[in-house]
Amino acid sequence: MRHLLSIEQLSKVEIEAILDRAESFAEVGRRDIKKVPTLRGRTVVTLFYEASTRTSSSFELAAKRLSADLVSVKAAGSSVDKGESLKDTVATLSAYDPAAIVLRHPYAGAAQLVAGWADAAVVNAGDGKHEHPSQALLDVYTLRRRLGSLEGKRIWIVGDVLHSRVARSNLIAFKAMGAELTVCGPPALIPRGLEQLGCEVEHSLERLGEADVVYALRLQRERMNESFVPSIREYAAHFQIDSRRLGSRQLLMHPGPVNRGVELSGEVIDSPQSLIAEQVASGLVVRMAILYELLAAGDQEPAPVAGNGHATPIGQPA
Amino acid sequence: MSAPRLQMRAGESASLVLREATVLDPVAGIDAKHDIVVRNGVIAELVAPGEANADGIEEIDAGALHAFPAFFDPHVHLRTPGQEHKEDIETGARAAAAGGYCGVLAMANTEPPVSTPADVEALLAEAGTAAAVKVGFLATVTRAMEGEELTEMASLRDAGAAGFSDDGLPIRSARVLRRALQYQRLCGGTIALHEEDPELSGAGVMHEGPVSAALGLEGIPSVSESTMIARDAALARYEGGRIHVQHLSAAESVEAVRAAKAAGVQISCEASPHHLCLTDEEVRSLDPQRFKMNPPLRSETDRQALIEGLRDGTIECIATDHAPHAAEEKEVPFEQAAMGVTGLETAFAALHTELVLPGTIELGPLIERLAGGAEPFGVERPSLALGSEANIALCDLSARWTVGEDGYESRSSNSWCAGKELTGRVLMTVAGGQVAYRLRSFSMGVAA
Repeated sequence: MRHLLSIEQLSKVEIEAILDRAESFAEVGRRDIKKVPTLRGRTVVTLFYEASTRTSSSFELAAKRLSADLVSVKAAGSSVDKGESLKDTVATLSAYDPAAIVLRHPYAGAAQLVAGWADAAVVNAGDGKHEHPSQALLDVYTLRRRLGSLEGKRIWIVGDVLHSRVARSNLIAFKAMGAELTVCGPPALIPRGLEQLGCEVEHSLERLGEADVVYALRLQRERMNESFVPSIREYAAHFQIDSRRLGSRQLLMHPGPVNRGVELSGEVIDSPQSLIAEQVASGLVVRMAILYELLAAGDQEPAPVAGNGHATPIGQPA
Repeated sequence: MSAPRLQMRAGESASLVLREATVLDPVAGIDAKHDIVVRNGVIAELVAPGEANADGIEEIDAGALHAFPAFFDPHVHLRTPGQEHKEDIETGARAAAAGGYCGVLAMANTEPPVSTPADVEALLAEAGTAAAVKVGFLATVTRAMEGEELTEMASLRDAGAAGFSDDGLPIRSARVLRRALQYQRLCGGTIALHEEDPELSGAGVMHEGPVSAALGLEGIPSVSESTMIARDAALARYEGGRIHVQHLSAAESVEAVRAAKAAGVQISCEASPHHLCLTDEEVRSLDPQRFKMNPPLRSETDRQALIEGLRDGTIECIATDHAPHAAEEKEVPFEQAAMGVTGLETAFAALHTELVLPGTIELGPLIERLAGGAEPFGVERPSLALGSEANIALCDLSARWTVGEDGYESRSSNSWCAGKELTGRVLMTVAGGQVAYRLRSFSMGVAA
């Protein structure tokens, strides 16, 4: 794997290889010294053109846990504010000879463009409403740990699919892993032609009981002004996942940040069925695995692991 | 009422013999091998192969070549004034000549827009010194393209404006368009319309459908175009106005024009080579250089409807909507990139390769439509009939070439055909009675 630009580029086998790698890093995370020297002497640049808490912090920590040097650039306050183009910014950062560039950008295809300009491996950390492959991988990882396999599992993605890169990447990833997908939301928030991605489309939660997993999406408040839905109250009345609608055997996921009381009621967020905190924890190890796959998997020697001062190889995960 | 003025650089009138050319001019009813003799810029003789007396003028062996009436494009962007880093009259006209065109009409959405008689006069004067082919200029319908007040349409016509268009933007207000159609009775001048309802297009960047759903790009629905065509056809009918619908892209739009024509509306329309050859599937590449334009590439159903419209005459002409942009305006993510692709240099070759060779459309109707953009604006159609001003596209239908390998005549390189291998090439163009273009290798080959 040269770059991680989209989930679409990955086969089931490749997805599983990354998740298996993530399992081995989870083991590292349980040690006192949670750091391995794998990427020592190499540089990872994170370049974020949009606000982010989870994705940016977990990529940064992932790079540090792998002993990479980290340069973290946020568009706000950088030369981007002075009108520098993406191409020129990438050329500037490339002067540091980074091994990887992790890019979050408000427009589709930005990571793909950067991959064409830079020598570094490029990780798409979200491009517009297009894709968010590392999110999809961590969600599959989280579900796989809980369910063993996604094969034949019914997953409902509920909410503002139109504006969600997470929905798109997760649809592709969940399908690749054998799940059956239903997408549900108000008609104006479901893109026309989405069913051609291989999912069912519903505009009511009536049949939500069929789902093994309910994946709720964030509803941005500004959508009200554009008449996608008449009001928050009306949206919540029809599409909020609450304890009445969520059955006791169903799992609940959400990419964060949550609008409490809009797409999810407070009680389901904190319920035992909620995987939301686990998703965040998975984010770190999965992003370590992504950097490892891109930067170290081709290395001839097995990656050494620093544990209690002794270098030991990472065992192949079961 | 004033006639449109078109200007080109004055030069030496062409005198030459095209020996044994396959001559095809469906409108003039010519479809046979002939010697064509051009003397002093006029088609002086059209005689049986080998019969012409060269009398010492240049002879060209055209035995393996086709001679068509040169093409006419009613919709190009020459970016002058204000955006000469993308194109100017000289480079744009050169691109037209290289594509076999003898004339083009330039749109008015420049910086500032062409809104005053002085603007039109200055541009015509510039074309008179710089353009290798005839260039006419449309003026905006509304002042500064703001969609509010009409320009001085009658004075603009007197200055030589070839018509009116706010192309790049729709005329949002039905009231304003109605006033323009009323005023048209006084001054003439076809009103060319960029049909799009901004309320429906929103911030869309591609066709709305399964591909936009998959890419997470905001879509421009087909009905954004067709509803405006229906509105404006109704207005034109009510006021007895003359309108021309630009760059049709959707099946619903073809239906709307067909219905308007059946109802007797004075309406004509155009389709662009890229809409006739490509679909929104191309956008999966997220390459704005080749595949981002407005109106957007649409579905295969839409493409087929355009082809059908071209065949049955609902669409009377092909217009490239040649829209040059500088590299830095295209080397950005798809949503941020400028809309538009260049097309003058490749229109014939692309349509020949994509539509004629597979048998989708015959050569005759294609040639007819490539020059069909003149009449809707009151410009005389290029013709190979005896006694006509010489406007000739000399083409090698078997020549294979890769677009862009030798660069472009245009100042910009955002060709939707970039890197494509095409079959069929313009070797020489005679425009307004002058030799406007020779492919370098061709002129080298025959110079001896």
